[in-house]
Amino acid sequence: MSGIQSWGVCIPRLRISRKTIGAAMGWLNPSLKSARGERSICNWDEDSLTMAVEASRSALPDLSSREQVRTVMLASTTLPFADRSNSTVLASALGLADSALTFDVTGSQRSATAALAQALGSSGVGHTLVAAADRRLARPGSDQESSFGHGGAAIVVGSDPGVAELVAHHHRAADFVDHHRLTDSSFDYSLEERWVREAGWQTLVPETLQALLTDAQIAANDIAHLVIEAPPAVSRKIASLAGIRENALIDNLAAQCGQTGVGHPLILLASALENAKAGELVLLVGFGQGVDALLFCTTSKISSYKPSRRVAEALAERREETEYTRFLSHCGVLPVEFGMRAERDSRTAQTVAWRRHNDVYAFMGGRCTHCGTVQFPRARVCVAPTCRKPGDQQPIPLAEQTARIKTFTEDWLAFSPRPPLVYGNVAFAAGGNAFVEFADYSPGEAKVGDDVRFVFRLKDVDRTRGFRRYFWKAAPMNSAAVGS
Amino acid sequence: MASGIRDKVVILGMGCARFGERWDCGADDLMLEAFEEATRDAGIERDQLEAAWLGVFYDEQSVSKSALSLSMTLRLPQIPVSRVENLCATGTEALRGAAYAVASGACDVALAMGVEKLKDTGFGGLPERTKGTFEDLWQPGFTPPGAFAQLGAAYAAKHNIPIDELRRAMAHVSVKSHANALHAPKAHLRKAITTEQVLSAPMIAWPLGVFDCCGVSDGAACAIVTTPEIAKSLGRRDAVAIKALQLVASNGYELSHADWDGAHTPTTRRAAARAYSEAGVKDPSREVSMMEVHDCFSITELVLMEDLGFSAEGHAPTDILDGRYDRDGRNPCQTDGGLKCFGHPVGASGLRMVYEVYNQLLGRAGERQLPSPSLGLTHNLGGIPNRNIASVSLFGLKTL
Repeated sequence: MSGIQSWGVCIPRLRISRKTIGAAMGWLNPSLKSARGERSICNWDEDSLTMAVEASRSALPDLSSREQVRTVMLASTTLPFADRSNSTVLASALGLADSALTFDVTGSQRSATAALAQALGSSGVGHTLVAAADRRLARPGSDQESSFGHGGAAIVVGSDPGVAELVAHHHRAADFVDHHRLTDSSFDYSLEERWVREAGWQTLVPETLQALLTDAQIAANDIAHLVIEAPPAVSRKIASLAGIRENALIDNLAAQCGQTGVGHPLILLASALENAKAGELVLLVGFGQGVDALLFCTTSKISSYKPSRRVAEALAERREETEYTRFLSHCGVLPVEFGMRAERDSRTAQTVAWRRHNDVYAFMGGRCTHCGTVQFPRARVCVAPTCRKPGDQQPIPLAEQTARIKTFTEDWLAFSPRPPLVYGNVAFAAGGNAFVEFADYSPGEAKVGDDVRFVFRLKDVDRTRGFRRYFWKAAPMNSAAVGS
Repeated sequence: MASGIRDKVVILGMGCARFGERWDCGADDLMLEAFEEATRDAGIERDQLEAAWLGVFYDEQSVSKSALSLSMTLRLPQIPVSRVENLCATGTEALRGAAYAVASGACDVALAMGVEKLKDTGFGGLPERTKGTFEDLWQPGFTPPGAFAQLGAAYAAKHNIPIDELRRAMAHVSVKSHANALHAPKAHLRKAITTEQVLSAPMIAWPLGVFDCCGVSDGAACAIVTTPEIAKSLGRRDAVAIKALQLVASNGYELSHADWDGAHTPTTRRAAARAYSEAGVKDPSREVSMMEVHDCFSITELVLMEDLGFSAEGHAPTDILDGRYDRDGRNPCQTDGGLKCFGHPVGASGLRMVYEVYNQLLGRAGERQLPSPSLGLTHNLGGIPNRNIASVSLFGLKTL
C-alpha cells in the first residue's frame, strides 16, 4: 500500500511571547495576561506560500528527489491568491517538471489531512507532494491572536510503503461550525469553546476513530502515536473515549509555536514520525467540519530516515519579536506610516515575469557552455572577462546553493516593512554573484565572508493592485550561530 | 590607433547656477542662469551655437524625455539638440557629445548643458524609480546610499581595517569638503563640520551616516566648446583644453561574476588608465594638480583615491587622514566642496566639476584658488558599484 516517503516542516523564525501580547492587550482581555509560551509569526515577507516552499524544500532536499514528483497539492485557508494557482508557484519555486499536476486545496482546517488521504489513495506513478501552510490573522486582543501560530509542513507520498505505510483511513463530514471565516474576511468568527470541545472534538473525533479501528480490525490499545492537535485535556479525553493509551498522545506544540492552522496536523505527524520506531501504528487526526483519520504503520525504513530538518530543530531556530506593534504591522492589522518612499509603484510586468520565470521563481542561473562560468542572471553572452562568448547557457539551479557575503548594507532610507532593508552582493559556492535582499537579518548581524542560504520570500507587494511578487533572498545559515 | 581628443577642443566659456534647494526655480530657470554666465564668459552670441547637448537624468522629475526643454528654454536658433543620459555621468556625457562634434569638424561651436531639478519630489534623498521591468523582479529595492555603503563593508573586510577606523577616514573626507565649500559661493552646503559630528550623525545606510552622504540639490552647469583655432581668432591667448575624455560602462562583470570583491570600481581603473594614456600622463599623483571626483558618499571618494591611482591599495584611509587630499595637501580633491557640499544635481554634476577645474586653471577660483594648477581631473561614477558608468576627464591650460 502507498505510504509516506519523506517530510519537511517550516516554522517561521520569529516568535512572539504570549507575555508580550498579554502586556499589550490584557487591558481588553485579562485572560491573556496569564497565557504562557510563545507562538510563531511570519516575518513581513513570509506567507502561506513561502512557508509551503520552505517545508517542501525540506521534504525534497535533493534535486533528484524532485524529479519523481508528479503531483503537487497545496492545502491552506490563507493562500495569497484566490485565483492564481498557488501550487503552481510552489512547483515553480521547487523547479519541478512543468508536466506536474498542481492544485490548491482549501476551505477547511481539514484541508491538509484530506489532501493527504486523497494523495495516498490515488498514488500511481511518481510521488505526490502534499504541502500545507497557514498564516491566519487574528484581531488584537482575541484569544486566537495568542493561540494561533504560523507554520507549514510537507509530506511526500508514493505507491511504495516508504517510511510509513497507510493502513486505513476513515472520514466524517459534519457541518459543525466551531468557527468560520468568510471569503472576504481576514478573521475567524469563533463559537463558544465549551460547545466546540464537548459536542465537537470529544464527540465527533472518538466516533470516527472507533469506526476506523473497527473497520481496520485494529485494537485501540495498539496505537503507539496519536497525532491530534487539540488542547491536552481534550486530547486525553478523546484518547480515553477511543480506548487509546494516554501516553500515545504527542505534544501539540502549543507552547512553542501555537496552532499553526491547516499544516499543524502534518507538523505533529512529522514530530511523531521522528520519534517512532519501526512497526508502530501512528494515527493522524484532522478536524474541521468533520474529521479525517489516517492510520499509518511505520516500516523498517523509519530507523534510517533522517529528516533534513527535525521539528525540534525548526522550533529551536527562533528569534523573539519584542515589538508587539511590529507584529501587528506585519499582520497588516496596524497601518503604520511608511513614508513617501513606500509609494513607489511596484507593478509587475507579467510579460517579463513569464519570460523570465525560471530566473525569478526557480532561481535558475546559467553556466557558460564554453568556459563553465556560472552567472546570474543567465545571459546570452558569458560574463567572464576572458570568455564573453555567446551561446545558450546551461540552466543551473541556484536556490539550494550556499553563497558568501561579499558586500552588504543595512539601509534605513529604503522602504522596508521591517527597517532596515538589508541587502548585498553574494558569491555562490558554484561561482557567480547575485545582488539580492537579505531575509531574517537583524541590524549588526551580517558579516562580510559569512555563508548564506537562500529562501523564497515575498519581494514586493503592489499596494495599488494587491499583487505579491516573490524572489529568493539570502538568509543566515543557522540562527544558533548568531545573537538575537 | 586613434589619436584621441587631446588638445583638439578648448572651453570657450562656462556657467554654473547656484546649487541648492532652489524652491524658486524650475529646470528652465537653472539652465538660463548657467547659460547666461557661459555666454558672457565665452563672448559669443547665442546664434553662434551650431549644436547643443542636454544632459538630464531624472527626466520624469523635471523636463521630460526629449532635448526640447533646452532648445525651447534658450530659444536656440533651430540647431541640432540632443538629450543624453548616462546615470551620474550624464553631465560629462553632454560634454563628450559637444566636444566630439567640434573635434570632428561637424560644427565650430557647441554647447553642453547639464541640469537637474531634484527638489520637486516632496521628500528627502533622490527620487524613487523603477530599475527596469526584469531588474525589479529580483534586485533589492536599494537606495543610492545603501548601494554605495557596501563599499565600506567590503573595503574594511578586504584590508582588515576596523570599521570605526575606516569611518574616521571617511569622516575626514566630509570634513574636508565642508571646509572647502565655505569658500565656494555657489555651493549648496556651506557650513563647517567636525569629525565627531560626522561620526555621531544618524545612520542612513550602514556604515554611512547622514554626513557621509552628498547633498541632493537643484542646479545646472554648462560649457561652450570650440576649436583652439577659433578660440585664438576670438582673441584668446590661454585656454583650458580638453586633454582626455574617457568613459567605461560596466559589462556585467561586477554584477554577475564571483571574482569582483565589491571594494573597488574596475570601471574607474580602466577609464583612468585610458585617460592618462590619452593625455600623456605618466604619474598622476605628480602631474595632476587637482581633482573633482564623484564623492556621492564619503566611502566612494576614499575608494576612488586608489582606483584613480593616487593612493596605494589599502592606503587611502591613512592618506586621507594625513591630509593628502585636503585643499593644501599634495593632491587637492573637491576644492569647491564636491558633490558632498557643492551639491549633486545629477545631470549637472559632471559639468560642475569641469567648471571648478576651469576656474582653477584660469586662476578665477577666488578664496579657494590653488597656486598655479596646470592639470585638472574630473571623475564621475554613474550608477552603483556593481554596475556603473565611470568617466575620467583631464583638462589643462593650452597656450593658443
